[in-house]
Amino acid sequence: MSAYILRRLLYAIPILIGVNLLTFVLFFVVNSPDDMARMHLGEKRVTAEAVAAWKADHGYDRPMLYNAEAEGLGRLTETIFFDKSVRLFVFDFGSSDDGRDIGRDIAQRMWPSLAIALPVLLVGLAFNISYALFIVFFRATYVDLASVVLLVTMMSISGLFYIIGGQFLLGKLFQLVPISGYDSGLAGLKFLVLPVIVGVIGGIGAGTRWYRTLFLEEIGRDYVRTARAKGLGERLVLFRHVLRNALIPILTGVVVVLPLLFMGSLITESFFAIPGLGSYTIDAISNQDFAIVRSMVFLGAVLYILGLILTDISYTLADPRVRLQ
Amino acid sequence: MPLMPVVLWTDALLYLLLALLGGFAWHAARHEHLRAPWRRVARSRIGVVTLVVLGCYLLVAVLDSVHLRLRLADQSGATSAETRYSPEVLSLLDLALAGLRSQSEKTYSAPFATHLYVKEAIELPDGRVLRDYPRLVHGGAHLDDPAARGLDILWRGLLGALLGLALWGAILFALSAALARRRGITPALMRARIKAGRTEVPWRAALLTLASILALGGAVALLAGHYHVLGTDKVGEDVLYQALKSVRTGLLIGTLTTLVMLPAALLLGIMAGYFRGWVDDLIQYLYTTLNAIPGVLLIAAAVLMLQVYMSNHAEDFASLVERADLRLLFLCLILGVTSWTGLCRLLRGETLKLRESDYVQAASALGVGHFTIIGRHILPNVMHIVLITLVLDFSGLVLAEAVLSYVNIGVDPTMNSWGNMINGARLELAREPVVWWSLSAAFVFMFTLVLAANLFADVVRDAFDPRLRGAA
Amino acid sequence: MSAPLLEVEGLSTTIGAARVVDDLRLELARGETFALLGESGCGKSMTALSLMRLLPPAGRIESGAVRLDGVDLLRLSEAEMRRVRGARLAMIFQEPQTSLNPVMRIGAQIAEAVRLHAGAAAAAVDARVLELLHAVGIPDPERRAREYPHQLSGGMKQRVMIAMALAGDPELLIADEPTTALDVTIQAQVLGLLKTLQQQSGLAVLLITHDLGVVAETAERLAVMYAGEIVETATTAAFFAAPAHPYSRMLLDSLPTADKRGARLAAIPGRVPPLDRAFTGCRFVERCPRALARCAEQLPPWHEAGAGHWVRCHLWDADQVDAATVAAPAVAEGEQAPAGEDAAPLLEVADLKVHFPIHRGVLRRVVGQVRAVDGVSLQLRPGRTLALVGESGCGKTTAGKALLQLIAPTAGSIRYQGHELAGLGHRRMRRFRKDLQIIFQDPHASMNPRMLVGDVIGEGLQALGLARTRPERLRRAAELLELVGMPGAAVERYPHEFSGGQRQRICIARALAVDPRVIVCDEPTSALDVSVQAQILNLLKDLQARLGLSYLFITHDLSVVAYLAHEVAVMYLGRVVERGRVDEILERPRHPYTRALLSAVPVADPRAERRTLRLEGDMPSPSAPPPGCHFHPRCPEARPECALAYPEGRAVSATHRVHCLLVEAGR
Repeated sequence: MSAYILRRLLYAIPILIGVNLLTFVLFFVVNSPDDMARMHLGEKRVTAEAVAAWKADHGYDRPMLYNAEAEGLGRLTETIFFDKSVRLFVFDFGSSDDGRDIGRDIAQRMWPSLAIALPVLLVGLAFNISYALFIVFFRATYVDLASVVLLVTMMSISGLFYIIGGQFLLGKLFQLVPISGYDSGLAGLKFLVLPVIVGVIGGIGAGTRWYRTLFLEEIGRDYVRTARAKGLGERLVLFRHVLRNALIPILTGVVVVLPLLFMGSLITESFFAIPGLGSYTIDAISNQDFAIVRSMVFLGAVLYILGLILTDISYTLADPRVRLQ
Repeated sequence: MPLMPVVLWTDALLYLLLALLGGFAWHAARHEHLRAPWRRVARSRIGVVTLVVLGCYLLVAVLDSVHLRLRLADQSGATSAETRYSPEVLSLLDLALAGLRSQSEKTYSAPFATHLYVKEAIELPDGRVLRDYPRLVHGGAHLDDPAARGLDILWRGLLGALLGLALWGAILFALSAALARRRGITPALMRARIKAGRTEVPWRAALLTLASILALGGAVALLAGHYHVLGTDKVGEDVLYQALKSVRTGLLIGTLTTLVMLPAALLLGIMAGYFRGWVDDLIQYLYTTLNAIPGVLLIAAAVLMLQVYMSNHAEDFASLVERADLRLLFLCLILGVTSWTGLCRLLRGETLKLRESDYVQAASALGVGHFTIIGRHILPNVMHIVLITLVLDFSGLVLAEAVLSYVNIGVDPTMNSWGNMINGARLELAREPVVWWSLSAAFVFMFTLVLAANLFADVVRDAFDPRLRGAA
Repeated sequence: MSAPLLEVEGLSTTIGAARVVDDLRLELARGETFALLGESGCGKSMTALSLMRLLPPAGRIESGAVRLDGVDLLRLSEAEMRRVRGARLAMIFQEPQTSLNPVMRIGAQIAEAVRLHAGAAAAAVDARVLELLHAVGIPDPERRAREYPHQLSGGMKQRVMIAMALAGDPELLIADEPTTALDVTIQAQVLGLLKTLQQQSGLAVLLITHDLGVVAETAERLAVMYAGEIVETATTAAFFAAPAHPYSRMLLDSLPTADKRGARLAAIPGRVPPLDRAFTGCRFVERCPRALARCAEQLPPWHEAGAGHWVRCHLWDADQVDAATVAAPAVAEGEQAPAGEDAAPLLEVADLKVHFPIHRGVLRRVVGQVRAVDGVSLQLRPGRTLALVGESGCGKTTAGKALLQLIAPTAGSIRYQGHELAGLGHRRMRRFRKDLQIIFQDPHASMNPRMLVGDVIGEGLQALGLARTRPERLRRAAELLELVGMPGAAVERYPHEFSGGQRQRICIARALAVDPRVIVCDEPTSALDVSVQAQILNLLKDLQARLGLSYLFITHDLSVVAYLAHEVAVMYLGRVVERGRVDEILERPRHPYTRALLSAVPVADPRAERRTLRLEGDMPSPSAPPPGCHFHPRCPEARPECALAYPEGRAVSATHRVHCLLVEAGR
């Protein structure tokens, strides 16, 4: 297995290079450093010297992908691309366009993101699995039908409305919790309640429906018939046989998103004014701060690949049939 | 010519999509194995009900996709051979809703209101100035006494509903006559059958849905001439008009995205699965890399770039409408780039399975070439996956538009869309008293479309997925 | 006679609109083996599930009574029924692969059943699990109990299923096609096990099967099911001596055997009627060669054809005098296959190897090979049939596909009329595609469901440029359909509209379209019922006589070999262990594996005397074949030197070669 993991890690390198190349093309080829300088300097102060100075300041004064003036390997290394992406590989994110240290910002802001995302995931998982089991226990009855109607309805409502509705009802009408804001430590707890509730409710429709399908698929299998032929009751069949098997896809589906939890949720965080990575990204997008966006893209890609590797590992742990090689 | 047609990029693509749909329908009608699953869809009650609802949305979107420029009324220089057209690009829907479009107020007004939502200084005829809610310019302006509003609304509403039902009755008669002719029975008997629900296609359910939509539509249409049925927004624009204009945006994002990503997903997915080896490695690398970039960030980055490009090259765009349209198209493209990987992977997996199937082996043994095998044996047998993905993705994309527009990386701010409506109205909930109608309107319109699409997708999946069919 | 253990009366079960079991009546004594015999879709599995009350969601028991020791199971509450399931009434299923929970250890799955019915203490449960595993003949039970199902072979899994069924000491075991998914040598092991257990514990077995041979060897009494109802019930001896129903008679006649060589098999025309309609008369009437006028109108009553031998057929009505001679074997003489024994071989395969590399490690280096085919040599002469026989996993299908270059061979030569085919690219192979064709096992999967039958058949004509226009191809396709005994109008229809046997005919027509010389038949009849198999075998034989085709017939079924083949090659673990003329192999087999294979095949004649030569264990993995003779770990006659080197081929006669040290050359 260690050989497998090593191979996957090696495979991550070309993918990350690809990601960097893509973002690079997106950022610098479509929108040249000159354009960027002009935008940052503002319309009035654009002079050739000012642009050149800005570029030198921000490290954009080299050729983009290929340096014809340099010697040997330098032709590839003394370029903006190499300069900007190699540092990312050692997680040196550099500073944002307004001069802040991105690395420190990320280290600071990932915890609030996690404080929201993790409870949403765990509570949501527990609720959705329980609800799906409940539905499956009463399958082909009115409970099943009514639940499916409810789930499809919930699925059809945009997440924005859950947030707006939650803020309006719990925050404004009943004044149970603050509408938005964040505080560190225990004092922050009251700020977390609403976003977590909203996050869980927003996930019920799609989540429970998917789990219900998984459970129903398992229930139709031959080994369930064998279990019944042994004389097992419906509850034991569900919990000991069906749940165990259906948990494999459920768990691996969760593991793949685990690392990405650090990235936070763009919408939730900006609505609730949580100082996490999600709102960080949003702010960067609206300020057009490319350095931050590029760093977040890289971070996201790393975490995604990590999620894939973790998924494979969790498969071997959860399913005795799977062996990695 | 009194008008000059304008074909926007997205219009052209929508026409292409409709043409493709029409072509596919014509082709499917000739092939039993293609017709059979659609017949299952048409025989499902949920299937026809959602089809009627989706059909209404589509009608609005199509009307809103025929663009033109009117000839300017004043043609003083009659000698000039050149006719001049208004710079404003309008759609058929705009023309139909001309009243709504032009009847704007000063700022917020509640649904069916006769007065503005905010107090203003009103100068009385005697010269005194009073702070009060002024009368609206259009909403309820025909009433001498605003207190008589209730009766007026009721009366007009009923009349509208009756007109709607009359139209429905005409449709009912025409449909039953057509169906009866095909079956060789009298129209009366056919109507009795429909009424009793004894038809294979559940016409009763479809017609009842249509009746409610037409009655509601009739009532609203008649009322909208004299009131702001859904109120007005901050700048006094009619919310009903905004909501209706947003239909096109939602539908286009939901459909064009899939349309533009389809060729790539099909080609690469099938190639990866069929040729395996390095082709497969390369394609897998490609989609893993694309997948590794968080979708929202990729979209954000791309849209940002587009914005910068557009502001740097403002002279390339003839009008605001065209610019907004290109941005919409670009958004579809970039959404397609982030979403084709899922379908591509599904197709690769299915192709891997199919290429080992006996009939592909038999074809190889008969010396059939690779590309013929792909075209004849693989492609037709993966189309159900494409279709299922297409309808399943639709509602997700409509929802995504709202979120993206909210973060300002969606459609152009000048374009009507539910996301922009929500974005513009989200702070209004904090007002005292609450301005709720813009949000509610966006919610109702979006929810109806997405719910119908979700239900329809379920019906289509059940009808097309051979695995599910075996179990039933 | 004591009261019967199981008494089923008037049982009717529906699934949706189809009445899959109709008015079923049967009795089973303690300790008895009773076989419920029928072809696919006759409702026998649904009968079993009805008895267990484990029908699928759409299924419903309409009426009837199922009395186990006098207690009507259908009147019990679901909670009471659960106490019966597994305790008094146990069941094993056809697919051991899917019938065990893949993520639970074997021991835990059996323990679950033990705990449920014995209520024993924890320590006693473990001991009981090991005892059960031991009882069903699983070697090293302690280790196996800790393993997961995927680590066990198919035969082992079925033993585990049996152990699980025995956990509650049931009085009746329902075995639903328990050996259908297994190879013959493994089938022999499992059937032997069932018999032993039965003798030890006085267990009654309701055996559900389609295999006449299995019935003849294991059951004491049997009932024949057709289209949801029982048409005949008798003791096994009486049934095989004189089947009373025309359907039973034809079923027996349709079995291919060596003594029917050169003759046509009796095939039952048509197909089982759909069960979602009401029947007025006999359900077999449409396919019965001796149907009377009344058969279509009146439901035939039960007649006694002998002691305990009941039949439901109008031919036994009092006014039908010739009852006893119901459907005497009406076998027409077929023409003898043309002699091609001495002709030069059309296809010569020498030392063919197909290896699949196994990749491991960081750089995915090749660390081993799955030797699916590992040095196979064959010769196929014009107009002859060469049977390639072996159990699943022996590489016979891979060899067949490698012959046609559908899988690239790793080494060896394939010479067709002197031309080397091995290593030819897609383009250069094309000119030989016309001559070499293939028919597959599963007629449901071997045609593109989205193409018209005419286009399916015409595909080769188009690809090889034999018929350029579609009308021309469709005309040809219609002719070919007539040739394989189907109406030419079928070209305008889709494959799914046809039954399994008809589809296999269409597949044959597709292969014939390009006028081939050699057809590789990859188990073309093993997915079909016996009566349909007979139709296809007859057809293949006719076509060979008329067109002079050569067949490479890949199969695991030795009775088909006996009926059809001229030469036989027996494969074991990627290699041919013995080859020769069909009479040499079947009558004077020399290799111990061939002999074991032959003796494991159940014979549909309870009087037949059989030396039982039972093989232990399973076939090893082709990625790590045993050293020396591949067969020696399982060989009852193995000697120490067998493990040293793979034995060279020895010629027993001019046509008969064996790879075994025990065989003296030239003797």
